[in-house]
Amino acid sequence: MSARSDVVDWALECYHDLDFGVVHGWLEEESGRTAAGYLPVYAPREIIHACGMLPVGIYGGGDQLEIIRGDAFYQSYICHLPRSVVELAQSGRLDFLSAMLFPSTCDVIRNLSGMWQLLFPEQYVRYLDLPHQRNTELGGAFWERELRTLLKDLGEVSGRTATEEDLKRSIGVYREVRHLILELYRVRREEPWLVPTEELYLLMRAAEVVPPETFLEQGRAYLEAVHAEPGRRRDNSRVVIVGAFCEQPPLGLIKTIERAGCYIVDDDFLVGNRLLEQDVPTDGDPVRALADTFIRHASKTSILYEPDPAGKRHLMAERVAAAGADGVIFAAPSFCDPALLDRPMLRAGAEAEGIPCIAFKYSENSGQFQQFREQAGTFSDAIKLWGGT
Amino acid sequence: MAAEKASWVHKDRSMELQKKMIARHFERLERAPRCGEPVVYTFVPGNLTELIRSFGALPVLPEINALQSGMRGKSKDYIAAAERAGHSEDVCTYVKCDIGMLKSGNIGPTGTKLPDPDLLLLSYTGCYTFMKWFELLREEYNCPTVFLQVPYQGDGRLAPEHREYITDQIRKDLIPALEQVTGRSYDEDLLRHHLGLAAETEDHLVAVLESAKNRPSPIDAYFGGVYYVGPIFSAFRGTEEGVEYYKELRSEVEARVAAGLGPITPDGPLNDQRFRLVVEGPPNWTSFREFWRMFSEEHAVVVASTYTKVGGTYDFGFRHDPDDPLGTMADYCGGCYTNLNLPSRIDMLVTYIRDYEADGFLINSVKSCNSFSAGQLMMLREVEKRTGIPGAFIESDLVDPRYFSAANIKNRIESYLQMLAARAGAA
Repeated sequence: MSARSDVVDWALECYHDLDFGVVHGWLEEESGRTAAGYLPVYAPREIIHACGMLPVGIYGGGDQLEIIRGDAFYQSYICHLPRSVVELAQSGRLDFLSAMLFPSTCDVIRNLSGMWQLLFPEQYVRYLDLPHQRNTELGGAFWERELRTLLKDLGEVSGRTATEEDLKRSIGVYREVRHLILELYRVRREEPWLVPTEELYLLMRAAEVVPPETFLEQGRAYLEAVHAEPGRRRDNSRVVIVGAFCEQPPLGLIKTIERAGCYIVDDDFLVGNRLLEQDVPTDGDPVRALADTFIRHASKTSILYEPDPAGKRHLMAERVAAAGADGVIFAAPSFCDPALLDRPMLRAGAEAEGIPCIAFKYSENSGQFQQFREQAGTFSDAIKLWGGT
Repeated sequence: MAAEKASWVHKDRSMELQKKMIARHFERLERAPRCGEPVVYTFVPGNLTELIRSFGALPVLPEINALQSGMRGKSKDYIAAAERAGHSEDVCTYVKCDIGMLKSGNIGPTGTKLPDPDLLLLSYTGCYTFMKWFELLREEYNCPTVFLQVPYQGDGRLAPEHREYITDQIRKDLIPALEQVTGRSYDEDLLRHHLGLAAETEDHLVAVLESAKNRPSPIDAYFGGVYYVGPIFSAFRGTEEGVEYYKELRSEVEARVAAGLGPITPDGPLNDQRFRLVVEGPPNWTSFREFWRMFSEEHAVVVASTYTKVGGTYDFGFRHDPDDPLGTMADYCGGCYTNLNLPSRIDMLVTYIRDYEADGFLINSVKSCNSFSAGQLMMLREVEKRTGIPGAFIESDLVDPRYFSAANIKNRIESYLQMLAARAGAA
C-alpha cells in the first residue's frame, strides 16, 4: 500500500460510514465532548470549534441509504437531500449531535429547521440566516450579531464558553484547513492528472466529519504523496462543474465525468469549506473579523444575493479563465431552486463568451451513469475538435 | 333561487368595485411612462406599498400578474416560452410565467402594457425564489435594484435585532433609492397618512375574515378569500380606494351574516354548509373555478386559510402603526405567513381549526412553491395529532396547468368529505 492509497482509503471509509464512526471515536475519547451538525452550504465552523464542539457536515446518505421513513416527509417534487437527512436522523444515526444548524441555502433547508424543532426538541436547532447585504454597516452588523448569538448558545450547549482566545485559535485552525484545501485545488487545477477529483472529493468529504487537525495531517500526507506518485497525463478536456454545492452527486458520477475524458479543474462541491476567499484576521475582535470577512470576501454563489448587476453574466467567464478551463458542465440536483434558477443567467453569460456548456440534473442516489458518460464524453470530444468558439 | 341570484348581484358590488379599481390601476400603469409616474416592482409578502405610494410611485406585483395570467388561461404559453429559453421544468412557475410574459411583450393580465420598472424592490420575505426572480428580471431591465433582507422567524419571533436590521435597511438603503428614482424627498407625514389608511383597511379585512366564525359562514375564506385580499395584497393597501373597497365588502358580508346567508360560489349561494374546512397552501389558479366547485358541490365551505395571510397576518393582531412608521413596516414584513417557521404555521392551523370550529382541514401542496410545500406532510401529521381531526392532502401547481389533475383531486376531496361525514355520523 502506498501513502497515497492509505489516505484515499481512509477518506473512502469516512465517506461510506453513515454511522459516523470517526465522530463517535472523537466523542468517546474524552468525556463531555459534543458535536454540532450543519447542513449545506455554509456554517461558521470556527464558532462551533471554539466552543469545544466538533463541526460535522451532514450531507445525507448519498446512494448508500435506502429511504424508508424520509419519503414520508417529502413530496416527489422536492429534492432528495432532505429526505435522506431525515432518514439518517429517524434511524438514530444523528443522535450523537447536540446541535443542528440550518443555513439559509434554500426554502427546503429553511423549512427543515422547523421540522427538526418538532422532531428533536431536545436538540439545539438554529436557522442561520446568512447576510445578503454585502456592506459591513448593514449586513456586517447583522451577521456579527447572529454569530455572537450562535457563539453564546453553543457555549451553553457544550458547557464551554468560548473566550476570545479560543475563537482566535479556531480561526487559525480553519485558516490552515482552508489553505490546504486551496493548495489541493491549485495542484489539481495545474496538474489534474496528479489529483483526480474522485480523490480530492473524498478528502473534502472527510474534512466535513473529522477533527480539523486530522484532516490537516491526512491532507498534507496526500499532497506529499501525489508528487511522489504522479498519475499518467491524459488528453482530457478541462471543465468546471457548477451547481453541485448542496445535494452532492454520487461518487460514481464524479468518476464518470473524469473517465469520460474531462478533467474537473474547478467545482463547487462542498463549497462552504472555502466560501471565504480571504483569511480571517486574528487581530482585533474575532467575531467581527469573521463577520467582516464573510461580507467582504464570500465567494459568488447561488445561495447569496449578487449585488453586481453584471455579476451573473461574468461569473462563468471569470471562473473558466481562473481555472484555465475549456468549458462548463452545469450539474444540478433535480428540484434544486438555487442552482436551477441561477442556471439560465450563468449559462447565457458563458455562451455569450463562447464558452462551451452542457447541463444535466442528478440526484444524490442516481445509480445509472451511462447517460452522463455519453454527455460528458461527447462534450469533451466536441471541445477537442472544435474548441470554444 | 331567482331571489337568491338577484340578491347576490345586488350584494356583490364589492366585486365590481374591485374589478374597476384593478382595471384603473393597470391603465394608470400603462400611462405611467408618459405621465412620469415612477414604477416599483416588488413582491406581495413584505410589500411596502405605503412607502412606495408616499413617494408617488406605483407598485407592480409580479406574483399577482402571474396568478392573473393563470386564471385567464395565458400561463401555459408563457411557461413554455420560459422553458424554451432555458428555464428548468423543476422551478417556480410564477417566475416562468412572468419571464414568459415579459418575453411575449409584457402585456399585463388586463390587456394593457406593463411599464418597465424604475426600481426593483426585492423585499426578500419568506421565499428564496424571490431573490433569483429579481436577479433574473434585473437582466432584462436597466434600473436599480434594492435588496431588503427580512430575517426569517426561525425561533418563532422577530428578534429585536432583526427588526432593527430591517429598519436600518429601509432608512439607509431603500429610502435614498426611492428618493433618487422618484426625485422626491422622504415625507414621513405622508407615509403616516398611508399607514393610517392601511390600519383602517386591515380592520375591515379582519372583520370580513372573522365573519366565517358564523354558521353559516357568510364567506368562503379561501376561494372567496383570495378575492377579498386582492386589493390589500396588490396596490391598494394604505389608499382611500382600498378603504372604500373594504368598507363596502364588510357591509356586504355583515348583511349576509344578518340574513343568515352563505357566500356566493361559482354555482350560486352556498347556504347549506355541510362541511367547514381550513385550507393550507395556495390555490391552483389555472382551474380555479373548477377547483372551487369541487368543494361547493359537496357543500363544503372554507372558514379559514393560511394562503390569505402571505400578505400579512392581520387576524393575529398586527396593524400598521402610523406612530412608528419604519418599525411597523419591519413588523409587517417579519410576520408574513411564509416568513414564519413551521411550528408557528402549525399553531396557526390548529388555532383556526379550534376558533372556526372546523370539521376538517386540507393541504393543497403546490409543486412550484417550496416555501409553502417543504414540510407540509409533517404539518399534516402534527395538526392531526394536536386536533384529533384527520386532514387531506392534494397536489397541484400554481399556474402550470400540466399539474392540475382534476379527476385525482376531485376523487380525493370527495373521499375525504365522505370520511368526515362518516366520522360525524359515528359521533
